[in-house]
Amino acid sequence: MIAAFTWTEFAEQIVSGLADGSVYASLALALVLIYRSTRAINFAQGEMATFSTFIAWSLMNHGFSFWAAFPVVLAISFAGGVLVERVIIRPVEKAPVLTIVIVTLGLALLLNGLMYVIWSGGDRSFNGGFSSRTIKVAGAHISIQYIGIIGVLAALLLVLGLFFRFTKLGLALRASALNPESSRLVGIRVGWMLAFGWGLAAMVGAVGGMMVAPLQFLGPNMMQAILLYAFAAAVLGGLDSPVGAVVGGLLLGLTIDLLGRYVGYIGSTLKLPAALLLILVLLLFRPGGLFGRVAERRV
Amino acid sequence: MQRHSFKVLPAVPLLEVDSVTKRFGGIVALDDVSFDVEAGEIVGLIGPNGAGKTTAFNVITRLYTPDAGHVRFDGEDLLATRPSGVIRRGIARTFQNVELFRGLTVLENVQVGAHARTGDHTVDDALFYVGIGSLRHFQVDGLPFGTQKRVELARALASSPRLMLLDEPAGGLNHEEVQDLAGLLRRLRGDFDLTLLLVEHHMGLVMSVAERVHVLDFGRKIAEGTPAEVQANPAVIEAYLGTAA
Repeated sequence: MIAAFTWTEFAEQIVSGLADGSVYASLALALVLIYRSTRAINFAQGEMATFSTFIAWSLMNHGFSFWAAFPVVLAISFAGGVLVERVIIRPVEKAPVLTIVIVTLGLALLLNGLMYVIWSGGDRSFNGGFSSRTIKVAGAHISIQYIGIIGVLAALLLVLGLFFRFTKLGLALRASALNPESSRLVGIRVGWMLAFGWGLAAMVGAVGGMMVAPLQFLGPNMMQAILLYAFAAAVLGGLDSPVGAVVGGLLLGLTIDLLGRYVGYIGSTLKLPAALLLILVLLLFRPGGLFGRVAERRV
Repeated sequence: MQRHSFKVLPAVPLLEVDSVTKRFGGIVALDDVSFDVEAGEIVGLIGPNGAGKTTAFNVITRLYTPDAGHVRFDGEDLLATRPSGVIRRGIARTFQNVELFRGLTVLENVQVGAHARTGDHTVDDALFYVGIGSLRHFQVDGLPFGTQKRVELARALASSPRLMLLDEPAGGLNHEEVQDLAGLLRRLRGDFDLTLLLVEHHMGLVMSVAERVHVLDFGRKIAEGTPAEVQANPAVIEAYLGTAA
């Protein structure tokens, strides 16, 4: 049942699983950033990330290198996220959560259509910022690209962590997600904090998009399957917890990869359902996810 | 240190609630209520359950918009201020049931309070004054209720306000804690240059710290005066004890 095992191959699998997981983690983190403040899943998160990646592709067609385009795309994505919240989400801010969710579904369709109009449909290759060669570490062939993706995610987490923990704006963002009414009374403009959260989420999603595009092809539907994994990862970690989203993403990436490689009868066809089944079992025992808190409300 | 002292000179009350009416559907929570608070005073707002005390606080802090009437702070219209702007005018409050940021530490809660700080008092001043300096890195969720109330008080102080609204500061505290609180409130007024308006059920506390008391009953103001005067007022006694059958 178990395929032939070597430590070098195991190491390679771990790295590729973590790289996939990093992409899921970034999108899951984007979902959590929005969920914490609006209590709604943003179904447009995948299309927003793909849109950002298309912008990167256009910039690179106009002579930008990947790393020159990278910060520009982040800035544009942030502004776009803020704009989306102000224009599309704000009018339904006080509506039931389901209404907001449907609006994000509409936004996903809109962005998807726009991408077909602006960039036309076909998939295209996307050259990322890392070499596609491998390096040999203790006999294992490790892809530079995978290491790069993991590194970028780690850097992103570090920056976000420092921002949320040590800046006044980061604290205000956390406070307004936890208790909007008290936040207003201490002088926080909660509406703008929501918009800022959407901007951050768009930015984090854009990083995921630009990291995953070189591994596959860039097309308007690139992130749709990944959004599903990201959703699973966010639920696994606990929808309320940014740390949970990241851990959930990495665990999901690893599990899918290792199951597919080492459990014969699962193989590549059943690895996704198998991973989702594991999540389901885990949620039976921890309904709030790994790091989530089960909702408690005072009445 | 006296802030904006030039504005206080023409004997305008610091806070002026003027003929305020607030309805919820058919219920009149505040019915043409007027009262004021002078700078530097400690004023009690009392009344039986449902008298409209917390509603009055919510109107002053702009959580509710009244159906009629005016609220002026330092002579200026407060109703033109957005809720997040109230604290910048120098008004902070605490809540009856403690509305802390669960999931944040004591220090972070108090830091959030300083988000729109307008005066000179710092986060550290507030933490140590209230006596929770050593708890700064604890999460607020697990702390005893009395301590959570202190954290909330420190959060309000951290904005360095001129007027502090306290909603039942003695609620849920034991006898000894209430004694401590009375002393703390009296010292606060002097040391932080504060004016205090407190809603309170604990008559012992109100009568020992307040210089003036306004009494509400069923949304109407029924009495005003010193604690001694109010306690002797037949309308107040009737509101609390009911009429003899």
